[in-house]
Amino acid sequence: MGVATKDNEFDVIIVGGGITGAGTARDCALRGLKVLLIERHDLATGATGRNHGLLHSGARYAVTDRESAEECIKENMILRKIARHCVEETEGLFLTLPEDDLDYQAKFVESCLAAGIRADIIDPKEALRMEPSANPDLIGAVKVPDGAVDPFRLTSANVIDAKLHGAKVMVYSEVTGLIKDGDTVKGVEVFNHITKQKNQYFAPITVNAGGIWGQHIAELAGVKINMFPAKGALLIFGHRVNNVVLNRCRKPANADILVPGDTICLIGTTSSRIPFEECDNMYVTPDEVDVLLQEGEKLAPSLASTRILRAYAGVRPLVATDDDPSGRNISRGIVLLDHETRDGVKGFISITGGKLMTYRLMAEWATDLVCKKLNVAQSCITMNTPLPGSENENIDEISQKTWTKPGATHKATVGRHGARAVNIGLKNEYDASLVCECEEVSVGEVKYAIDELDVHNLVDLRRRTRVGMGTCQGELCACRAAGMLADAHKCTDRAKGDLKNFINERWKGMYPICWGDTLRESEYSQWIYAGVCGLEGGECETIKAE
Amino acid sequence: MQVYAAWKAANVKPLKLSKTMRFDTIIIGGGLAGLVCGIKLQKAGKKCAIVSAGQSAMHFSSGTFDLLGRLPDGTPVEAPLAAAASLPAAHPYTILGTEKVKKYAEEAVSFLQDCGIRISGSAERNSWRVTPTGERKPAWLTIGDFTPLASKDEKIGNKALIVNILGYLDFNTKFLADSFEKQGTECRITAIKLDEMERLRKNPSEMRATNIARVMDRDGIWEKAAEQIKAMINNEDVVVLPAVFGLKDASVVEKLREAIGIKTMFIATMPPSVPGIRSQMTLKSEFEKAGGRFFLGDTVVDAEKTEDGRIKNIGTLNFGDIRLEADNFVLATGSFFSKGMIATPDKVYEPVFGIDLSYPEGRDQWFDRNFWNRQNYISFGAKTDETMNAYIEGRKVENLYVIGSLIGGCNALYEGCGGGTAIITALAAADRVLEN
Repeated sequence: MGVATKDNEFDVIIVGGGITGAGTARDCALRGLKVLLIERHDLATGATGRNHGLLHSGARYAVTDRESAEECIKENMILRKIARHCVEETEGLFLTLPEDDLDYQAKFVESCLAAGIRADIIDPKEALRMEPSANPDLIGAVKVPDGAVDPFRLTSANVIDAKLHGAKVMVYSEVTGLIKDGDTVKGVEVFNHITKQKNQYFAPITVNAGGIWGQHIAELAGVKINMFPAKGALLIFGHRVNNVVLNRCRKPANADILVPGDTICLIGTTSSRIPFEECDNMYVTPDEVDVLLQEGEKLAPSLASTRILRAYAGVRPLVATDDDPSGRNISRGIVLLDHETRDGVKGFISITGGKLMTYRLMAEWATDLVCKKLNVAQSCITMNTPLPGSENENIDEISQKTWTKPGATHKATVGRHGARAVNIGLKNEYDASLVCECEEVSVGEVKYAIDELDVHNLVDLRRRTRVGMGTCQGELCACRAAGMLADAHKCTDRAKGDLKNFINERWKGMYPICWGDTLRESEYSQWIYAGVCGLEGGECETIKAE
Repeated sequence: MQVYAAWKAANVKPLKLSKTMRFDTIIIGGGLAGLVCGIKLQKAGKKCAIVSAGQSAMHFSSGTFDLLGRLPDGTPVEAPLAAAASLPAAHPYTILGTEKVKKYAEEAVSFLQDCGIRISGSAERNSWRVTPTGERKPAWLTIGDFTPLASKDEKIGNKALIVNILGYLDFNTKFLADSFEKQGTECRITAIKLDEMERLRKNPSEMRATNIARVMDRDGIWEKAAEQIKAMINNEDVVVLPAVFGLKDASVVEKLREAIGIKTMFIATMPPSVPGIRSQMTLKSEFEKAGGRFFLGDTVVDAEKTEDGRIKNIGTLNFGDIRLEADNFVLATGSFFSKGMIATPDKVYEPVFGIDLSYPEGRDQWFDRNFWNRQNYISFGAKTDETMNAYIEGRKVENLYVIGSLIGGCNALYEGCGGGTAIITALAAADRVLEN
């Protein structure tokens, strides 16, 4: 075993840089603990960044899962306060279509109210006025407080706050082993993909927040958790067809949620069990695309003629209860495991299950347990403490405060970074120059992300700024941003490798839908990058965990 | 056309307006292939019209035309004409036959020069171009702005001064410096700043190649640029600049070269391409000078056929119920990007005439999951034979020709044969039209 020093000793080590790990790191840091957050890829690369971005009102679960519904509505109201720059208050509609049973509506509304979710039955005509893209054949509509939340921004804001409160954050750092002393976990062994070095870090408590990959982390501790990888596929459309979240008023099924988010909207999801090995390498099948389109068009018929931008899939970290190895009674609720009481392994807990919506509550539970074990008496304040960017200010006023004449770029920047946009240099025209026209990302914002937001490559940059997320999927902005990364990292080979990986990553979301305009756009990308630039694949140096 | 549109909008029928417009040949598509074919026919005395939707692949040109850079099995090609003989049967070069490829490749050089495009290069042996990201790719004909390299690893000089325009993001100086340094050229990166350029900067998306070129092309401005560059040269023996000069007139490029006084290499930028747009405009005006009609911004909507399967006339969006009639029709509409072909989830079709295309069934056969591998869909395209005629439902259409990247059977990107296919098939189809 290595030697504990000041630099490698912490109160708590959190494994996993998804929203759960980021939220837990923030909560622990706010309670005065010395925190280390470790992520093997970039922040928000797993299920966190691969869902609808739906700010659930809880209505979807009201009939089938009352507990989840109650958690959702409570967290919904909290996130509107503490994460306003990550949230868009769109409202939501549950539509009853001619093929659905209208009797379900009454039961649905009753369940919503019982869970504390406001649910108003409105006239179908009013529903169409509220959301003109909704299927005009609808026979019933219920209005609920759904919204949209940007998971990348939310994760980034939690990490920023954790760091502001002293947390150390390491991305591209993979936990390769747990340091055990008898039946006690004393710390972690980490391989840093950037420095290519192995290091040891010590803490009395290690929190496993690895999502679906948490099963593997638990195995390193000699503990068995039964995860059930459930793949969910989604499609992103090229513009906002709807401004209100559209759901189907029926038992939850495939492709019955259409969520607007930023410049796009997305339909999802499917649900299918996949082998564990596929979690790291998922692709969307033609059948999944067909189902999503078929069902999506029922919610909003104009989707049939709307360009599809991307297809992608995430894995829900579902956990089977301990006495149910078959997985029949899988819960979508929060699962907090104290491995000391459960398995006799001290200094190690797992927080999993749950949803993006309930990440804060998951973090609170996990941190409560950490504090109990460390005999720290601080109580949770995250439900009342705004995230960096969402401090007590009106988002609309921030751009006016910062710039005398805020333009579209300024507004987009504030939309992404909230009050922290004041730290982004857009003072002169060079910094205001656009890298990404689709999403109005400026030179200044890219520089800020590289300097302040743990950006190591172009894909990271996309998650922090939306570079390459627009209709052209990174055609020209990727090359411009690669040039800036080459400057920042003083390494052109790496930047070029990044560029190739970035283009390939964009393609991964495009080939499942490669017809029509998507194929046109891909062909153009081929001409630019393989033709004009003459770039070729093959091994290239880049920061990437295998 | 505009008058007619106004009448139509007012719902007033023109009193005496012929319901047809007649041409000898109508070419659909105003890219490289369509223009080359149109110019050759028009200069041979045929009355031609080109119907063009707008921009073409020339707008993001690499600055060179390629003939053949690689065989389908991956073998690099040094001598394109010699290597063309070993191409598979379905390749457009094989369909035409090596003799004709040789003939038209030779014709291409004088043809383009006669049109006013300064080019150099030989079909016997590839030269090399430096790409915007610093790679080196084989080239056949190089537009005068650019400096062809004789070998893949040619050193451009001992010391290079790489000059950008301050704030221009589509010229990747770091990538270029890195690639030159690998050949032993010491590089220094700098940028010029011109007051006249500052106005562009007020709008954050204005610092793009064509906008910069519009400013640079003004008298007095490029001179200032040249002065600044000259003042920056210490002991460098080569200056490297982005190709953002001479949008309308190539002579600016030469004057700038002269004013700088030492070897000056222009490198293609990310799109849009200033030399590419200029070349397209040069070809278009050459076609119009010869008497051809270029209908810009129009789209063919339908076609009428005779009983024996020939194309009789076409209708377009702008011409409404006026039909465009011709003895021969040439389809030069390109591939997917320019909507020469349209893909749906389960099929690919050609939208103007519904001509026969060759492509595999099943969408999973269309692509490779790795972007950087050869993509099958690039090689989809029209079926044809040595006559360059198109087929509809298996039947040859005697007065319909297909040219350019709409033709299938080759992977223009992987094999590096897009430019050659466009020019050679265009010249060949023009000859067929003239023969018949």
